[in-house]
Amino acid sequence: MPNVMIRKKEDGGLLFYVAKKDMEETIASVETDTSDAWGGEVELTDGSRWYIDPVSPPPNFPTTLRFKRAEG
Amino acid sequence: MATMTRDETQALIQEVLEVYPEKAKKDRAKHLAVNDQSVEQSKKCITSNRKSQPGVMTVRGCAYAGSKGVVWGPIKDMIHISHGPVGCGQYSRAGRRNYYVGMTGVNTFGTMNFTSDFQEKDIVFGGDKKLAKIVDEIEQLFPLAKGVSVQSECPIGLIGDDIESVSKQKTKEYSKPVIPVRCEGFRGVSQSLGHHIANDAIRDHVVHNRDNDDSFETTPYDVAIIGDYNIGGDAWSSRILLEEMGLRVVAQWSGDGTLSEMELTPKVKLNLIHCYRSMNYISRHMEERYGVPWMEYNLFGPTKIAESLRKIAEFFDETIQANAEKVIAKYQAEYDAIIAKYRPRLEGKKVMLYVGGLRPRHIIGAYEDLGMEVVGTGYEFAHNDDYDRTIKEMGDSTLLYDDVTGYEFEEFTKAIKPDLVGSGIKEKYIFQKMGIPFRQMHSWDYSGPYHGYDGFAIFARDMDMTINNPCWNSMQAPWLKPAAGESEAPMAASA
Repeated sequence: MPNVMIRKKEDGGLLFYVAKKDMEETIASVETDTSDAWGGEVELTDGSRWYIDPVSPPPNFPTTLRFKRAEG
Repeated sequence: MATMTRDETQALIQEVLEVYPEKAKKDRAKHLAVNDQSVEQSKKCITSNRKSQPGVMTVRGCAYAGSKGVVWGPIKDMIHISHGPVGCGQYSRAGRRNYYVGMTGVNTFGTMNFTSDFQEKDIVFGGDKKLAKIVDEIEQLFPLAKGVSVQSECPIGLIGDDIESVSKQKTKEYSKPVIPVRCEGFRGVSQSLGHHIANDAIRDHVVHNRDNDDSFETTPYDVAIIGDYNIGGDAWSSRILLEEMGLRVVAQWSGDGTLSEMELTPKVKLNLIHCYRSMNYISRHMEERYGVPWMEYNLFGPTKIAESLRKIAEFFDETIQANAEKVIAKYQAEYDAIIAKYRPRLEGKKVMLYVGGLRPRHIIGAYEDLGMEVVGTGYEFAHNDDYDRTIKEMGDSTLLYDDVTGYEFEEFTKAIKPDLVGSGIKEKYIFQKMGIPFRQMHSWDYSGPYHGYDGFAIFARDMDMTINNPCWNSMQAPWLKPAAGESEAPMAASA
């Protein structure tokens, strides 16, 4: 369950940064990304998948959220 | 110029790896790569930030070096205690040439060494009392010090001293920050974790100090320079360019920096970060907590300076953008003249770099402005995100080496035969004895500054005087030289 800082990239994409691991990846897709919730399963450009219960209302980035590794 | 092809470079890596035992070979192979600009993510081609192999020569430092030497050390109006045995503090004293202004020993303490000088009894009975006494003495002898940081050396973690409680008590007693930093040398694989720990200590003890204090008058043009350690005056030659653009530089982190500058940084409009590797953590924190955006910039060489100044100006209004153009235009005659003077002497020369955490990619632009080519580069303690940024800067099928060993670096150099090697003091004399021109790119070989337009002039001159130095033609003893004319031979024999 790492703490992940999500921040906006210059081109509008979202970066997924795990301070403990010094891992910085771009988010490829987010399961739920609507005007009233953000979260669900998040896939990164390196292929790994992470999960967070959808946050409502959507958080203002940058922010730190707690993610889980998605199963399977 | 005969540049190497992909296959040739790959073959060279294989050849160099050949001497290692099977296990070491497997590990080292992951740290050496041929650059391929089409690769988006560096971790597919190079591994970084891993423990060095026992038995090989590495030039990495430790967490204490990253915290005391790099991040905290240059903060001039604080006293940084090297808490533990005397050696760590003494051997790292004033070696980094972080210039500063002030009266050393009165209101600034940059080149002084404060240490608790641990003895056997301190290891056995604990050093907390000694630390408390040191802080008392500092308060008495140097009342103008704005704060104290306790930089732990290895034994502190090993014997489990509670520096936090001493610091807390002394902070209360003197109403001055006494900041414990848990940067014991054994933490992590290189100085990189020390940077992170130091950043976290700043986050926990400094950055939020003036959260409820609005007495500082801000302007819409406030910026902070972060991760410029003022080596040979680098931060100063950067700062004047920003000020000419109409920006107000509120803080310098941490070269020539002060504690109050650091406390004021959350109030700026933009954090400008030069050394991404050592200071990105605190920039990320300030972005999240205070909404201060940050950007990386690069002030090596006119091409990159112009690029960076324009990018910085984009964060501000049109006046600043126009000013940025004015600044670039103002210096154009100056740097055009430098390029006209030195480029013909340096055109086509090949350079291999091996530095710490940002210069292996930042300086490439400056060399290219002089018509030189960087054919190999590598970092001591970079992480994947640094290599992501490097791949784009380097030419295709050039050599990348992470945490290169002494043996590998020598072999690569023998095969590639660069005209210049840029690295640190530990490499300097080896390469000079091999007859290869060398510049120290950590300390600018006691020259500098190299940042900004003023720095570029010095950079170009230094590279020229190193590469074109006549001494490189005298590397062979006269009697070993192939006889060019017979007339020279008797003289050599008689000598």
